[in-house]
Amino acid sequence: MCWFFLVPNLILGTKKKEKIIRNNTMSKNSLVSISDYSKEEILSILLSAADFEANPNRKTLDGKVIATLFFEPSTRTRLSFETAVIRLGGSIIGFSDAATSSSSKGETLNDTIHMVSCYADAIVMRHPLDGAARYASEISPVPIINAGDGSNQHPSQTLLDLYSILKTQGTLENLTICLVGDLKYGRTVHSLLMAMSHFNPTFKFIAPDELKMPEEYKVFCRKNGIKFTEIADLNESFNDADILYMTRVQKERFQDLMEYERVKNVYTLKNDMLTKSKPNLRILHPLPRVNEIDPDVDKNEKAYYFKQAQNGLYVRQAIMCKMLN
Amino acid sequence: MEKKLKVAALRDGTVIDHIPSDKLFKVVHILHLDTCLNQITLANNLESKKIGSKGLVKIADRALAVNETNKLALICPDAKINIIRDFEVVEKRPLILPDEIREVIQCANPNCITNHQPIQTSFYVLKNADSTMLKCRYCEREVKVEDVKLK
Repeated sequence: MCWFFLVPNLILGTKKKEKIIRNNTMSKNSLVSISDYSKEEILSILLSAADFEANPNRKTLDGKVIATLFFEPSTRTRLSFETAVIRLGGSIIGFSDAATSSSSKGETLNDTIHMVSCYADAIVMRHPLDGAARYASEISPVPIINAGDGSNQHPSQTLLDLYSILKTQGTLENLTICLVGDLKYGRTVHSLLMAMSHFNPTFKFIAPDELKMPEEYKVFCRKNGIKFTEIADLNESFNDADILYMTRVQKERFQDLMEYERVKNVYTLKNDMLTKSKPNLRILHPLPRVNEIDPDVDKNEKAYYFKQAQNGLYVRQAIMCKMLN
Repeated sequence: MEKKLKVAALRDGTVIDHIPSDKLFKVVHILHLDTCLNQITLANNLESKKIGSKGLVKIADRALAVNETNKLALICPDAKINIIRDFEVVEKRPLILPDEIREVIQCANPNCITNHQPIQTSFYVLKNADSTMLKCRYCEREVKVEDVKLK
């Protein structure tokens, strides 16, 4: 478990206990956090995703009903999960707007999960509250797949990021990865950092002072011998990189909108900035983008973000099949 | 000059001594002593050479379990727990933070689900070389043990 990298051996007892507690929960197949998966489990999912990419249409989920409960809006995540189920022969129930569910009448998450689990074989859930997915996984008799819980975790995004890196680089080991933009609030960069810790990466954190990588993640890197540097300037700082991972400055996370205005356009990647980059460099972005990647980059062969979104389908097919054995 | 006990001796039960005075009622809260039916003696603002001013709790006819007393390590790690049988101290119990603490702590993350739905809180205790952190079982945020917010 990734957890083991977080803290010294002193707390192994606690980790074991944590694992026992989590294994005793009602649903053992849930995916809540990327730290739920070992390196071997991550690689197994990526291998399975490659298999689905070669043959995405098969009836593995024939007769299965999957509920997609989106208490918060989503485009890519919901559509790719639903496409994954349909291509695997399963059926979908659920909602894409909490206003159309009983939660708007005050129903607790506990009651919603118990009710939906009477109808579905697995539940894909996005919820605005941090920890909602962990809680749901503890009370649900069917597997829960976390499609984002507040600013906490989004493990299927992390797995598709890893799949995209593996596909474009041929390996996950010893890569130089630039994380750019909102490194303070972005859950995708935090999860990616944790997941990549299995593979001896070198990180460059490129962010303005207001959005720097939080100290706890730098402590995590130091403890695990992961090399990193912090840079404020985007220009040419990625010339030795294998992956340039751009992120959106998320307006919804700022309490002070003046601060958002100061940093929202601090980095814009333009096509001519890529001339000295390595041939194998690929640009990733969890999307949606706003101004951080100029549209003229889209035609560059190093732009990989739309293909990355497509990879989400295969990774989510792999996750779904692992959940439902 | 003859010394007199300010608090009567206990035949059987639990004595919690050397509680900092400002933590006495938090101890009462954590141990749910407000709903305990045993005879309970509380004393506060007693003189203490070690900590200046201290509180004391005596619970008759009940030996607190280790998992109960260990919760006290959160707020008064230097308190002394004595289990009494027939006026004799039969156990001097050290306070050790448990691996997991349920219910008594409120998560500091306002967006944590435990602050919005009727869910029992639960924190993992991460004992580090430099500091002890508590990690919310649900939202995974970490907080230093000295910064925890009790319910």
